[in-house]
Amino acid sequence: MSPRAVVDRARAAGLDLIAVTDHNTTENAAAVIEAAAGTGLAVLPGIELTTAEEAHILGLFDAGADLGPFQAEVYRNLPDIPSKKKFVKDQVIVDAADYVTGFSPRCLFGATLFPVHDAVGLIHGHGGLAIACHVDRESFSLVSQLGFIPAGLPLDAVEISPRLTVAAGRTALGPFDPLPIVRFSDAHKPEEIGCATTDFLVAAPSLEEIRKALAGEDGRRVIPS
Amino acid sequence: MTLSDLATRLELKVYTAGTPLERPVLGGYASDLLSDVIGHGRKDDLWVTMQVHPNIVAVAVLKELAGIVLVNGREPAAETLAQAEREKVPVLGSRLGAFELVGRLYGMGVKGS
Repeated sequence: MSPRAVVDRARAAGLDLIAVTDHNTTENAAAVIEAAAGTGLAVLPGIELTTAEEAHILGLFDAGADLGPFQAEVYRNLPDIPSKKKFVKDQVIVDAADYVTGFSPRCLFGATLFPVHDAVGLIHGHGGLAIACHVDRESFSLVSQLGFIPAGLPLDAVEISPRLTVAAGRTALGPFDPLPIVRFSDAHKPEEIGCATTDFLVAAPSLEEIRKALAGEDGRRVIPS
Repeated sequence: MTLSDLATRLELKVYTAGTPLERPVLGGYASDLLSDVIGHGRKDDLWVTMQVHPNIVAVAVLKELAGIVLVNGREPAAETLAQAEREKVPVLGSRLGAFELVGRLYGMGVKGS
């Protein structure tokens, strides 16, 4: 997605804050942050990490963070997959459900070597927030891959996919207390931006404020939908 | 042994239309982690799995697998079926669980590495 298109769509959808969370890379966030400069839209860099168990974990970072060391660590632990002659495209082509619509072996099937606990630890170790992605999904979710969310895993929140409301998610999956539930678009195309959102009561659209809201600290909170 | 032979002998359901069932099956691999199949699957292996999402087709093409057998009566997702037929990847199914199915395949001479 072009950074300009992302920013334009987000603003049109009335969003105050978005995060760029490509699969296994943070490298495209800077362009979007730059495109949003002066528009009033806040952008956080992030990542959708694929753990060794093939569960997706969201990492959200501070807008000013230097993610070079974090990204280097991810790439060191992302096995390269030999590509076939047939698949010569550079672009990763996936639809909104993370399924293949075009073939580009390295990025698509990149499961890092990090087990879930290590993935969460890595994100936290670089100052980020760790959120279990789309736990209601039958694939690539902590629930689908591990059977349940391990007790003691220090997640900051769990995410429900756009296909369920938070209330329906609670009913379907049982309570995740004390973890807060959030809901994001997981947009892979500009038109999907804004299809699901979470409202936060915060003093500013920053990572630290979101952290407090998820933890229910200092009057900041997730506004129930 | 071909996929067709195995399908007959194990009463496998064939989900895909127009895919090559006369392919030889030279071995087998059982796993539900795609990254694991990418790492250890071999050309002409029969892949036994419960995963029904479309990425299994991409893996089968990447590793030149003979075909995919879904266990526990699971059916391929609609998009999985469409992609499999486009990519000519046979997708079959068994009512058996993976352990029992693999045991029977092994008994017929389909081995792992």
